[in-house]
Amino acid sequence: MKLRQILAFAALLLVSIGSEAQTIKIGELNSYKVFPAFLEPYKKGWELALEEINRAGGVNGRKLEVVSRDDGGNPGDAVRVAEELISRENVAVLMGTFASHVGLAVSNLAAQRKVVFIAAEPLTDKIVWENGNRYTFRLRPSTYMQTAMLIPEAAKLKKKRWAIVYPNYEYGQSATASFKKLLKQAQPDVEFIAEQAPALGKIDAGAVVQALVEAKPDAIFSSLFAADLQKFVREGNTRGLFTNTVVFNLLAGEPEYLDTLKDETPEGWWVTGYPWKEIATPEHKKFRDAYQKRWNDYPRQGSVVGYAALYAIANAVKRAASTETEKLVEAFKGLAMPTPFGPIVWRSIDHQSTMGAYVGQLSKRGGEGVMVNWRFADGAQFLPPDSEVRALRKE
Amino acid sequence: MSVSSVLIQFLNGLASASSLFLVAAGLSLIFGVTRIVNFAHGSFFMLGMYLAVWFSDWVGFWLALPLAAAGVAAFGFLAETLLLRRIYRAPELLQLLATFALLLLIKDFALWAWGPEDLLGARAPGLQGAFEFEGIGSLAGALPEYDLFLVSIGPLILAALWLLLNRTRWGTLVRAASQDREITGALGVDQRWLFTSVFVLGALLAGLGGALQIPREPANLNIDLSVISDAFVVVVVGGLGSIPGAFLAALLIAEVKAFCIGLGFSKATLVMEFIIMAVVLIVRPWGLLGQMPVQVRGPGAQRRRLAPPSILLRWTLMILVGALALLPLASAGYTLVLLTDILLFALFAASLHFLMGPGGLYSFGHAAFFGIGAYAAGIFFLQVKLPMELALALAPLAAAFGALIFGWFCVRLSGVYSAMLTLAFAQIVWSAAFQWDALTGGSNGLVGVWPAGWLASKTAYYFLTLLSCALAIFCLWKTVYSPFGYALRAGRDSPLRSAASGIDVRAIQWSAFIIAGLAAGIGGALYAFSKGSISPEALGIQRSVDGLVMVMLGGIQTLSGPIWGAALFTWLQDAASRNIDYWRAAAGFIILVLVMVLPQGIGSLFQEKR
Repeated sequence: MKLRQILAFAALLLVSIGSEAQTIKIGELNSYKVFPAFLEPYKKGWELALEEINRAGGVNGRKLEVVSRDDGGNPGDAVRVAEELISRENVAVLMGTFASHVGLAVSNLAAQRKVVFIAAEPLTDKIVWENGNRYTFRLRPSTYMQTAMLIPEAAKLKKKRWAIVYPNYEYGQSATASFKKLLKQAQPDVEFIAEQAPALGKIDAGAVVQALVEAKPDAIFSSLFAADLQKFVREGNTRGLFTNTVVFNLLAGEPEYLDTLKDETPEGWWVTGYPWKEIATPEHKKFRDAYQKRWNDYPRQGSVVGYAALYAIANAVKRAASTETEKLVEAFKGLAMPTPFGPIVWRSIDHQSTMGAYVGQLSKRGGEGVMVNWRFADGAQFLPPDSEVRALRKE
Repeated sequence: MSVSSVLIQFLNGLASASSLFLVAAGLSLIFGVTRIVNFAHGSFFMLGMYLAVWFSDWVGFWLALPLAAAGVAAFGFLAETLLLRRIYRAPELLQLLATFALLLLIKDFALWAWGPEDLLGARAPGLQGAFEFEGIGSLAGALPEYDLFLVSIGPLILAALWLLLNRTRWGTLVRAASQDREITGALGVDQRWLFTSVFVLGALLAGLGGALQIPREPANLNIDLSVISDAFVVVVVGGLGSIPGAFLAALLIAEVKAFCIGLGFSKATLVMEFIIMAVVLIVRPWGLLGQMPVQVRGPGAQRRRLAPPSILLRWTLMILVGALALLPLASAGYTLVLLTDILLFALFAASLHFLMGPGGLYSFGHAAFFGIGAYAAGIFFLQVKLPMELALALAPLAAAFGALIFGWFCVRLSGVYSAMLTLAFAQIVWSAAFQWDALTGGSNGLVGVWPAGWLASKTAYYFLTLLSCALAIFCLWKTVYSPFGYALRAGRDSPLRSAASGIDVRAIQWSAFIIAGLAAGIGGALYAFSKGSISPEALGIQRSVDGLVMVMLGGIQTLSGPIWGAALFTWLQDAASRNIDYWRAAAGFIILVLVMVLPQGIGSLFQEKR
């Protein structure tokens, strides 16, 4: 009798501890006002994941709580916001950021303060390579990976004279450098005959298109996006640049950028992106249905990133059975998990996830831009050899 | 380049010049008559774009053009009559603060009304095609029909404006007011009506410029700032208040950019307009077709004698510093981080105020010195591998050196021209930081600039910041009341009399630049080590504007004003962005209320002794 009472009491105690257990706090910061087109869907993505995880009982019996902040879109403010999340909100993990320089600054702070940081959106190679650190993990396929994904098709065409156009900052510069290096390896006789590097957001599209027409390239590699891409496409269409020239454009298949082109969508461009309507894998269908049901809107690339980033944290906390930083770092290394794009692994060598992207061609369908002839490119296959990565990380 | 290619690039430049000219002409008119530096002019352009895209769904592109322009003009009418009219008598540049608040409000309004995604407008019906130029064996190039339409619209508007200004009574009044506002008023011209009509015309032109741009460019939320800086450059290069000058400058800048691209120097477009502006201002101090400005009289120019701080203020400040020094006993967390930022920006604002208040030298590019200090700290620490303490100590000298060079040019100009030259220098430094990968880390900046072990804790770094900033601000204030400070103020209030009494006004002003640069550099160096990284934004336009906002919020005529302004602005941004989705609009609204209620700034609450 007595034993039973003690057991009952103990059980009661456990239950009460369980229900009173604190939530796991996740600090989220992003440039919501600077890049709203990408980040509003991203926010909806992680909010959906948060609801799903908590409905299923949370992680290790504890609910997740996301403390979300606007990082102001510049490194100085972002670092202050991250400090606030760390020291006032006592978050267990940081996630977010969009632009590369903001991501790098927060990643550097994470290393200084010893907090795990999931860089969800930034594409810069440096965040996992040259400036990589123990506490930073990155979800999206990097500039290098996405560029490498376009190389097989580019090399197959056997075009000799290439022109390049890119926004003049680190993303465009490193995409260009990677593309030149990788294409030269695949096709040694390639020539790069013209380069245009307009300032980000300020392309003088008419003049750039005319300069490219004059250079007479067989093919063009572009890493333009957003307003620059739209201006380039419209001028190029009007001025006949694309009639005899194949174009490869990073990111242009992402709904955030593609959907604004509408009936200007250029036919036959090779792009990386996200054909959300057509991906029929069960994991993607499940995600898409849930997203559309919850938000009455279709998912964008950002939605997938936000959704997968929060699930990554949940999975790592589960694996670590703890929210202690050092245990979380170890749990992230080699963590395998499902995403709407299929299974991914968080590489222990450089903390890059193997999330892939979809490579395909642009086409117009009923006044809307779509991706056709697409295939999934698994991120794991588009990374440099480990020795190169180690050299870059100076390990 | 082939001949047809040269021709096409030339026409490309002309087409780009047209809408640039429209915005700049409006800005120039508004400044010429009302002396308002209209920061929201780019926002009017943006509104014109969004309205045109929106209207063209209903009534088609061609009807949408006048409708959008009229809509923006109506908005301009409301902004002038409800808001700006109330503050014409306030200190100079306060209107700049009000229009900055408008910019914040319009940006969030556009986000709320039209959503976050870029809106690519329809092509112009009837002008969808392009004229093709045949080359040898292939296409040599093509020019969109719509671009030719744009090429012709620029000169048409120029002619219309010229007729309006030179052949109507209204135009005569506008020209008279541009030349000498006070005399025009004294002759019985109703200034209120004149100001409103000029502002509305300016808004109309900006709206039309935006609407005309939609077949070439999507309506997007980033266009406002990018247009306003271009427009400022055009106005200044052309000469303030000169419409033909604006046209010439728009043409010059657009052509130089088009040929930079055509000849394969596309990277130079990042900073080309600012280089042109710097060169023009150095060679022709009042722009290509501008005239020497008339000395501003009236309420804007009246300055109270700067009295020593009152006993109340002295005690307030001493108690404040004491309380700040004791604060780490109560909190070791985020409060210290936020206060570190506030202290840094207080020093930054105080150094800008030193130039603008006692010096009467406006600077729109003060972030250059802050940024040079920050970058120098980063470079000394990471590239030269100096110890952190030494890097921190040497970095402000680099900023002072920058001020030594820029100041030499800037003190040779006056008023807004000098301010714009500082902006040009700041942008040139910015683009160097942005592109010089090996030294500055390019667009990503320098990462890993952390303080030495004994300063690594938040508390220790906070003490260092408090000590440095309090000391630096104290020295700045001491300087204001020293003989040097009196000479500086004499040069501001009456350059002729000062020169006659043996003061070398330029040398004094030049020294003021160097002192202000040094102080801003201290702030910048501390900033770099508090953030652990430094990127080009530290010396971007936004940072310079933030500094102006802090000074104006605090009140330019009070010595302690910039400190209150910096504290309020930094805290407001931090608190609003944490709690409110549309935090920019909220910040804009609060600034507007403050402008209305406290036109002399927060500092006037702690008024110095008369």
